[in-house]
Amino acid sequence: MKVTVSINGKSRSAEAEPRQLLVDFIRTTLGLTGTHIGCDTTSCGVCTILVDGTPVKSCTMFAVQADGRSITTVEGLKQNGELSNMQKAFHQEHGLQCGFCTPAMMLVGSAFLEENPDPTDEEIRWAISGNLCRCTGYMNIVKSIQAAAAMNNEEVSA
Amino acid sequence: MYPNQFEYLAPTTLDEALSVLAERGDEVKVLAGGQSLIPMMKLRLANPTTLMDINRLPGMDTIGESNGHLTFGALVRHNDVVKSDLVTRSNHTVATAAPWIADPIVRNLGTVCGSLAHHDPEGDWASVMLATGAEVVLSSSDGERVVPITEFLVDMFSTSCQPNELVTEVRVNKHSSRSGGDYQKLERKIGDYATVGVATSLELGDDGAIASAGIALTSVYPYNLKVTEAENLLVGSQPGDELFKEAGAIAAAASDPAGDHRGSAEYKRHVVGVFVERGLANSLAMAQGGQS
Repeated sequence: MKVTVSINGKSRSAEAEPRQLLVDFIRTTLGLTGTHIGCDTTSCGVCTILVDGTPVKSCTMFAVQADGRSITTVEGLKQNGELSNMQKAFHQEHGLQCGFCTPAMMLVGSAFLEENPDPTDEEIRWAISGNLCRCTGYMNIVKSIQAAAAMNNEEVSA
Repeated sequence: MYPNQFEYLAPTTLDEALSVLAERGDEVKVLAGGQSLIPMMKLRLANPTTLMDINRLPGMDTIGESNGHLTFGALVRHNDVVKSDLVTRSNHTVATAAPWIADPIVRNLGTVCGSLAHHDPEGDWASVMLATGAEVVLSSSDGERVVPITEFLVDMFSTSCQPNELVTEVRVNKHSSRSGGDYQKLERKIGDYATVGVATSLELGDDGAIASAGIALTSVYPYNLKVTEAENLLVGSQPGDELFKEAGAIAAAASDPAGDHRGSAEYKRHVVGVFVERGLANSLAMAQGGQS
């Protein structure tokens, strides 16, 4: 079946067998390898992408389901060629060690701040509770999302 | 992991979807959120030859009110329930359970009706519906029938939904200002099945006695267990700690948990008793406070 998606603002079309998982369509068919595959069982959340702005696990969705939808992956986070606040914050606060969970964490963090621009640490921990990190112990991830919130809020008030 | 091959259909009207089920319901699996179905297909525990995606059907994604019920359309996601002020005001058992379903990302896709239709014996929603009272609307080309939740849930992974029928709505009893409810869940980590889950619901009469009560258990019996004996004990009595303790003991005795990596059978049974007491106390506080 032909699947057409708007991915990171660009329209892309490709053939997909109905059973092709969205994560493989993104990585293998469209060549965007920033989205990772971890557990392949809906548990770890590293394959999280945004579909119409909402975080979903792309290992638990078929590519055909995404036909006509708008997708954001980590490659789409940068704005005007520069790192987004979320990306800057992960860099600044060292919100990663191996980096495997990082694309998903940044996407979930970005979507979360849209809903809750001024969260508590506790709220951030709930928001990322569907995403596993085996390195950091989450401390710096929470700090990074807080730092991104502060950067966003500074821009709004400026 | 890849499922077996299947034909993919994505009807855009309910009539179209129902005619697919009428023609070849036996071979079809219905895809709503897919958060249980797709993992089962990847493990090849489910091997439908036709997958019918209902996500393009219009008007099924709303939470509404009708005749004393809260109504959840077939495409209402768990997270829609978490965010709904209407739910927070209208059914405390549903409202307290919603944030405990799966994890935040899964909640964005998984649906209430889909969970009930899937009827995983360790699912949370079935206990909530059994405790508060609910009806399921089943649609087919022949029309519509409404079945009480107790008749809908047949056995683990089995419901009274026929191959030509689609679960189009679940209707849950609303709580009054004299009602309260709660969902207690113990889980090892976010997104895990419940080690023990307990749904409770209480309504007080004008004399302050319990007019109706609901108690249902998750993950401690081969299926979601409605504890009728404990409910009967409560109805007509004045609420209180001793009574709730007795109800907890009945529920613990009625449970039949399996010992596993989540805990021993003895431990889980103990938690059932504690959760029933705690859930009833929280339900009572809401019912007496008239708060949501």
